[in-house]
Amino acid sequence: MSFVNISNVVKSFGTNTVVKGFDLAVEKGEFVSFLGPSGCGKTTVLRMIVGFETPSSGSITIGGKDVTNVAPNKRNIGMVFQAYALFPNMSVFDNIAFGLKISGMTKQAVSARVEEMLKLIGLTHLANRFPYEMSGGQQQRVALARALAPKPDVLLLDEPLSALDAKIRVSLREEIRDIQKKLGITTVFVTHDQEEALTISDRIVVMNGGRADQIGTPNQIYNKPATRFVAGFVGTLNIIDAKVHNRDDGTVLIGSKKIQLNDPIEHVKPDGMVSLALRPEAFSIVPDAAKDVSLDGTVTSINFLGSVIRAVMDVEGREISFDMFNNPSLMLPDVGDKTSVYFASSDILALPA
Amino acid sequence: MKKPFPIMPTLIALMSALYFLVPLYATFLFSLKMTRGEYSFASYRSVLNSSIFIDTITFSTIASLCAIVIGTVIIVPTAYWVRLKLPHIRPVIEFISLLPLVVPPVVLVFGYIRVFGSNSWLPLAGSDQGTNLLLVFGYVVMSMPYMFRAVDNGMSVIDIKTLTEAAESLGASRIRTIAFVIFPNVRGAIMSGAFLTFSISLGEFVLASLLNRPAFGPYLVQLGQDRAYEPAALAIMAFAFTWACMALMQLFAVKKPGSRWFPRLSIKLYKKVEA
Repeated sequence: MSFVNISNVVKSFGTNTVVKGFDLAVEKGEFVSFLGPSGCGKTTVLRMIVGFETPSSGSITIGGKDVTNVAPNKRNIGMVFQAYALFPNMSVFDNIAFGLKISGMTKQAVSARVEEMLKLIGLTHLANRFPYEMSGGQQQRVALARALAPKPDVLLLDEPLSALDAKIRVSLREEIRDIQKKLGITTVFVTHDQEEALTISDRIVVMNGGRADQIGTPNQIYNKPATRFVAGFVGTLNIIDAKVHNRDDGTVLIGSKKIQLNDPIEHVKPDGMVSLALRPEAFSIVPDAAKDVSLDGTVTSINFLGSVIRAVMDVEGREISFDMFNNPSLMLPDVGDKTSVYFASSDILALPA
Repeated sequence: MKKPFPIMPTLIALMSALYFLVPLYATFLFSLKMTRGEYSFASYRSVLNSSIFIDTITFSTIASLCAIVIGTVIIVPTAYWVRLKLPHIRPVIEFISLLPLVVPPVVLVFGYIRVFGSNSWLPLAGSDQGTNLLLVFGYVVMSMPYMFRAVDNGMSVIDIKTLTEAAESLGASRIRTIAFVIFPNVRGAIMSGAFLTFSISLGEFVLASLLNRPAFGPYLVQLGQDRAYEPAALAIMAFAFTWACMALMQLFAVKKPGSRWFPRLSIKLYKKVEA
């Protein structure tokens, strides 16, 4: 049996059902991320795990114990909030010690544990500072230490990096992952940032409209999206509607171009069309033996993204985005140029209708 | 380009200052003239040596402090709960808290006498202790608009909901959360409300007079009828006291929770050495 089990949980606020039959099993020591757009219900599920919200129906168990109706202060769950939520009247030391004092630990034990936590987050020298004397990144580290200090069964992180600047965000997410691995604590992380979720998770739950659209490893989520929503939400995707030429041999037509698909065509729309998806990085502007299909078109825009340049080309009225490495030795096309892009038919994902 | 000297604003500020300061100065000067032909603090000495003054000010101070404690115990949890769980009824609570401003104290006190008179089921007005209690409750009601507003404003500055959730996730009960997290963070607001309550109830006349309590307010009025110089001395002392309360309020209002009352001396010394 999994360590955290969420079974058929529904949550309604008045007539508005925010979470609609959510199921998830999290293994001990696993790092699971909830990824989805605003209002998809990811934070509500997190708040039900910690006990701030009670499910309208369904159950939640942690370590085999049903906690569906247990008060938040009796669940032994650590939580880190987006807005840090450090107690402004307490120093860093006292903030971290708060949960320990409540659990009834001796003064010496509290002191030792706080020192240990401060060492873990590398802020021993700031023990006597108050929250308003620290940067956002430092405050969030303290919030993490405070949540971990009472040795919780589960750690919940509610968009903890959203309020930080880009550089700190990257370094702190790596730090969070390192600490989580070191302590082996079961962690649920909520984010709307796909890069964050893909980088640090063992598994990702992509949520849409109160349901889990797909639960899988970052690789599965990115390369084998189960739904059209997952395909569109995670990463950039070209969605091309193609006409099924022959369902039996798996051939489709993009415009007048006949393409052979690797996988059988399962989701054919009533009008005989099928939705195909291709990541921009699947394309190359240089012919390659492995890339057996080519498309011809006119470049309509070029966007510089740093190490990558993203171009858009018009292929018989369809817009196709493709990426090129920012390689000075390559002759990159310009806006208005007629060019060809190459891709492997194995890179094509046939999407559900 | 150098800005021209703001003549009109300065003139208006000066006129306003004079409007307040001249009567105050005149009262102060008058209070020093008790002894014929010389300036002295004789009127102040006379007031401070009066046993009635000591008795009434002690009575009013105790009643005011009781009103502060009761007001805090009622209003802080109410404001907290409304912000946390019932934000939709906040306008109703605000309206109720403002009622004492439109209901005159004389109405309040006659209401008390009618409800808690000697023929009622709870005859509080029938004994001295009971009447004292009524007086304190009256002060709590009268200071409610100020106390509630101060506490509610203090709570609006901090994220009550997230702090409560953070404390609960760390195992704290609701009472412990209020005592150790919420209360210390709105301490400045509570103190502001407390000083306002103290200023209002210390010299309050109507309630104390109609309930026939030996309070400072009725003593002030009585003294004004019987003496010439002492009321002026008392007025100056009351001004000084009120201003001291305002200064304390300001001090508490600008102080961040957990911050030091005064800047660190070491920083100043360091800057001096650097210079």
